[in-house]
Amino acid sequence: MTRFSPGDRVRVPHAFPPGHVRTPQFVRGRTGTVIRHFGAFPNPSLLAYGLSGLPRLDLYQVAFEMDEVWSGDGAYAPGDTVTADIYDNWLEPVED
Amino acid sequence: MTDRAITDLGGLEAGPVDTHEHEPTLTERRIDAMMMLMRQKPRAFWGADENRRTIESLTPEMYENSKYYERWVWAMRALTVEKGILSEAEIEARLADVRQRYAAKGDPS
Repeated sequence: MTRFSPGDRVRVPHAFPPGHVRTPQFVRGRTGTVIRHFGAFPNPSLLAYGLSGLPRLDLYQVAFEMDEVWSGDGAYAPGDTVTADIYDNWLEPVED
Repeated sequence: MTDRAITDLGGLEAGPVDTHEHEPTLTERRIDAMMMLMRQKPRAFWGADENRRTIESLTPEMYENSKYYERWVWAMRALTVEKGILSEAEIEARLADVRQRYAAKGDPS
């Protein structure tokens, strides 16, 4: 049982902790939609320091509207999205 | 933002990207081979995530002034010390020997 399912709205925390973080800067603080659950994998933030990375974290593919990520700055078509692979500990539920 | 990792480039101006294939140099092949010897079984001294973390930890000057495989060398140096495989003193002593040899005979590469 995963915390999120495809179609769920999620927010990425606007956070900048030290250490090895896989969540790209351009999606931090942004809201998107889960489109896929890849599975559960050892936590790379812990693996990066030689630890086991356990317990495993669910990894999701999340789609963000281009307007949400780039704030209207850039050339793209309406409805274009950008996706990022984000671990469960970097996602917060959003009530629509 | 100053807290952006030097490897986290999404959304930044980058200019044109050179996508031409090129043959790795002998030095690049040697660096690649050394990295595989360190990372693969039976040694498996460290994993991909540790490698990434170490490269992210380079100063911006070191990162930007290094080519791809040079960053691997910096990572290998840091991780061999971190894992207690070699000491800084051992690495420096060996480098001093090599520099002396090159100075005497010229760079053989």
